[in-house]
Amino acid sequence: MRSPFALSFALVALHVAPCASAQPPAPLEVPFKQFTLDNGLNVVLHRDTSVPIVAVNVWYHVGSANEKPGRTGFAHLFEHLMFEGSKNVPEGAFDTLLEAAGATNNGSTSNDRTNYIIDVPTNALELALFLESDRMGYLLATMTPSVVDGQRDVVKNERRQSYENRPYGMAEIALDELLWPEGHPYHWPTIGYMEDLTAASHDDVVAFFKTYYAPNNASLVLAGDIDLDKAQALVEKWFGAIPRGADVLPVAPPSAMLSGVTRKTLQDRVSLPRLYLAWLTPRHFAPGDASLDLVSAVLTGGKNSRLYKRLVYDMQIAQDVSAFQASAALGSAFQIVATARPGHTAAELNAVIDEELARLQKEPPTAREVQRALNQIEASFYRGMESVGGFGGKADQLNAYYASGGGPDYFAEDLARYMALTPADVQAAASQWLPLARRVEVTVEPEESR
Amino acid sequence: MKATRLAALLLFAPALLAAQQAPDRSRPPALGPPPKLTLPAIEKHELKNGLDVWLIERHEVPLVQINLLVHAGSGDDPAGAFGLASLTAAMLDEGAGSLSALEIADEVEFLGADLGATSSFDASAVRLNVPVRALDRALPIMADVALKPTFPAEELERLREERITALLQARDDPAAVAAAAFPRALFGGTHRYGTSAVGTTATLAAFTREQLAAFHAERYRPANSTLIVVGDVTAATVLPLLEGAFGGWSGDRSVQRTAVPAAPRPRERQVTIVDVPGAAQSAIRVGTVGVARSTPDYFPLQVLNTVLGGSFTSRLNQNLREEHGYAYGANSRFDMRLSPGTFVAAANVQTDKTAESVREMFNELDAIGKPIGADELAKTKNYLALGFPSAFETIEDLAARIEELSIYGLPEQFYAEYTTKIGAVTAAAAQRAAAPIIEPDALAVVVVGDRATIEPGIRELNLGPVRVVGVEEVVP
Repeated sequence: MRSPFALSFALVALHVAPCASAQPPAPLEVPFKQFTLDNGLNVVLHRDTSVPIVAVNVWYHVGSANEKPGRTGFAHLFEHLMFEGSKNVPEGAFDTLLEAAGATNNGSTSNDRTNYIIDVPTNALELALFLESDRMGYLLATMTPSVVDGQRDVVKNERRQSYENRPYGMAEIALDELLWPEGHPYHWPTIGYMEDLTAASHDDVVAFFKTYYAPNNASLVLAGDIDLDKAQALVEKWFGAIPRGADVLPVAPPSAMLSGVTRKTLQDRVSLPRLYLAWLTPRHFAPGDASLDLVSAVLTGGKNSRLYKRLVYDMQIAQDVSAFQASAALGSAFQIVATARPGHTAAELNAVIDEELARLQKEPPTAREVQRALNQIEASFYRGMESVGGFGGKADQLNAYYASGGGPDYFAEDLARYMALTPADVQAAASQWLPLARRVEVTVEPEESR
Repeated sequence: MKATRLAALLLFAPALLAAQQAPDRSRPPALGPPPKLTLPAIEKHELKNGLDVWLIERHEVPLVQINLLVHAGSGDDPAGAFGLASLTAAMLDEGAGSLSALEIADEVEFLGADLGATSSFDASAVRLNVPVRALDRALPIMADVALKPTFPAEELERLREERITALLQARDDPAAVAAAAFPRALFGGTHRYGTSAVGTTATLAAFTREQLAAFHAERYRPANSTLIVVGDVTAATVLPLLEGAFGGWSGDRSVQRTAVPAAPRPRERQVTIVDVPGAAQSAIRVGTVGVARSTPDYFPLQVLNTVLGGSFTSRLNQNLREEHGYAYGANSRFDMRLSPGTFVAAANVQTDKTAESVREMFNELDAIGKPIGADELAKTKNYLALGFPSAFETIEDLAARIEELSIYGLPEQFYAEYTTKIGAVTAAAAQRAAAPIIEPDALAVVVVGDRATIEPGIRELNLGPVRVVGVEEVVP
C-alpha cells in the first residue's frame, strides 16, 4: 500500500430504493454505464447522488504475478512511483493539489492487480481526472533515478514495518514459497525481497510502464454524484488522447499442486508458537471458491464455529484461530492459522484441527451452521453498499468484478453463488480441497534464547 | 519538497509550457465552488424511564445501527483496578438474561447481526448492527446483554486468561510496546492514562465477578446513558421496539463521575529506550500531555496538527518519508479525552537511521514556532473542511459521531459548524494554541528498538537524561 495514513474517504451510497422496514432486503442493484475508449481504456460509470462525492478508481491489470525473478516487489515499488509526479504534475503536487481540494488518495498492489483511488468532492472531479490521466499517459517525463531511489527506501521501510518488525511477519512469506512452486508468480511476496528492491533500476521503471501501464491494460470507474453524460465527456477529454500500448499477454503460470505434506519451522521474536496450515484451492469465482468461504465460516466464524469453540472456548489451548480462503486470479490458498496459549504447542493445535477437518469431510455441517454463515454473508454484502470510495467501496468493487471477468454488475450474482450453497457443498469442498495428506505446515516457534 | 515552496512553483508555472492540444494540461483544472454537505437532523426522544433516544433516519440500505452509550469508561477505573471498565464491557455478551455466551453468539450471527460491547477511557457502549427485518429479534438480546449480564464465573476465567495472554503478545510487538511505553513515560504507573484500558497482568489476575457486577450495577443506568439509532427505521416503527426492550430498565440515580486528574507536562526532555534486541526498526514517539476534548482551542489544534503530521503532505511525513526515506510514514495526533491525553509525533524508522530520525522530528517540532505559509494553511484547512464528510460515510460512522456529541457534551450544531470553524482558524491562532503544549525543550521521547545499535547515536543527540527499560516494565 502506498500511504499509511488511514484517512479513507467515501460517503454513503444510495443505491437501493428506500424500502420499508420488515421487508426482505431490496435486491443488490448497482446500475452502471460501461464503454471503452478507442485506446482500449475500459470505463464504468455509476451514479449515486446521496453525497457530493465522486470515487475515481483505476485498476491496472498488473501485479506481482507479472514480475520477473530478480525484480520481485517491483509492481508495488512502481505503485509508489505513480504518486511522485508526471509530465504536467511536479513532484509533490499530486498530493498537495488533492489535499487542497479536500480529497484523499491511495493505492495498493496485490498478486494480480494494482489499484489507485482518489475520492474527491464533486467540484474536484476534473482535477482528479487530470492527475489520473497525466500519470497514465505521461509518467516517465519526470521520472528520474533519484525519484526511484527515494521510494525504494520508503518501500524497504514498509517491508520492515509490515514484515521484519511485525511478530510472525515472515511466516506468510515462507508459506507462499512452500505453497507455490519455484517459477510460479505467487511463489514470491508482493512486497518483494530486499535484494530485489535494491536491484530495481530506472530502466526497469521505463520498461514496466511501457509494458503494463497502457490504457488498454486498465479500467476506470467513477462512482458517486455524477451526471453520466458529462462524466463520459470528461473521461474522453482527459483520457482519450493517451496512446494505446501493446497488448499485454496473460500470465502463464506453471501448474501448482501439492503431492504431500511440506513442513517448515521458523523462529521469531515471539512468546507463543503459531501454526499455519495451507492448501492450494480453486481460483476466485471458480467452482469451490465460495464453498471454501463457507468452510472457513463453519470452522472459525464466531464463538460456535468448530475450531474456535474447541480450541479457544472449550479446551482453551489456543489464543486465537482463523481460517480463510485467500482468493486470487491464478489460484487460491486456503489457510488455517492458530496461536497456542502459554504451555501449549503447535502440535496440540494441529491434532485438534485435523480431527475437525476429518469430521467435516465425513459429514456435512448442520443446516443451522450453514444458514448462520449465509445470513452473515448476506448482511455483509449490504454493509459493503454503504461506501462509494476507498478500498472495497463500490467503485473498487465494480472494478474487481470487471477484472474477474464477471462483469461490473456482478454484485447480485456474487451473492447468489453463496446463497445457492448447501451443507453437502461445504462437506464436498472440505473433502476435495483440504486433504490432510497434501498441504503445507509452517510453525513459528519462539527463538531459543527466549 | 515543502508544500509552501511547491505551491509557489505551481502558481508561477509559465503558461507557455502547455501549448498542447486539448485538454489543457498546463495547469490543474480550476475547482468550482465546493459542494455542501447536508447533515441529517437528530430526532430526540425519551423512553418512559427517561432514557434518551437520539435518532437519525438513513434509508440507503436495509440496516440499522443501535448504540447504547454509557457514560462510564476506563477513566472511572478505581486505583488498583485498572482494566475494570474494559473487562466489564467485554463480559456483557458472555452470558445475559437466560442466554449463555454461546447462545447469544449463535442467535446474533443467525440474524446476520453484529453485536459487541466495548469501552474506551471515556465511555462504554453496546453496539448492534442488524438488517432491519431482524431488528425485532435482535433488540431483546441486545437489551439483555446491556442490562442483564450474568458474568458467569467460567467465562470470566476464560477472558482473564485471554487478556493476560494478549499482554504477553503485546510485548512481542514493537508497535504495541510503543503504544504502551509512551503514555507510561508521560503519566507513570499510577495515573490512569499511564496504563492501557485493559489494565495489567496483576490487575487482570485479581478481578472478581462481584467487582464486575458491581461496576455494571453502579454505572450502567438509564440516566447515565443514551440510545443512538441510525438507519432504515422511523420513530414510529422503532420507538415501540425500544420501549419494549429498554423501557423496563430502572434506576433513576445518575452517577457522579470523578474526573481523571490532569497530569503535568514534562519540564525537561527525557528519553526512554525500550530494548528490543534485533529490531529492524525503531518506533519513535515524541510528545507530551496534550489537551482535553473540551479545549477551546479544538479547531486551531486540528489545523496545527494537520500541518505537522495529520496528512500525507504534512511536514513530518514529507520530511521522514519523502525527503529522507527513513520511514514508511510519520504522523502526529492529539488524543483528546475528558481529561488531557497525549500529544504525540510518531514514526517507525529503520534502525540505522534512528538518531537522524529523532533529530528530524525535533526539527519539525521546532519549526512549529515559525510562520505557517498562506498556501500551506489554505491547503490544510481545505483538507479538513472539504474532506470532513468522510466521517459520515456509514451508519456505523454516523452513530460514532453522535456518540462523540454525547460523550463530550458538544453542541448539536457542532458538525454543522465544523467547516466554518475550521475556515476561521488563522495561522497565528494555530500557533498560539500549540505554543504552551509543544515545547521542544520539554518533550518526552520514547524509542522502542535495538538498544545496542541505537543507544550511542541517541545519546550523542544530547536531548536529556536517557533511561533504558525492558518491555516488561512498560507492558506490565
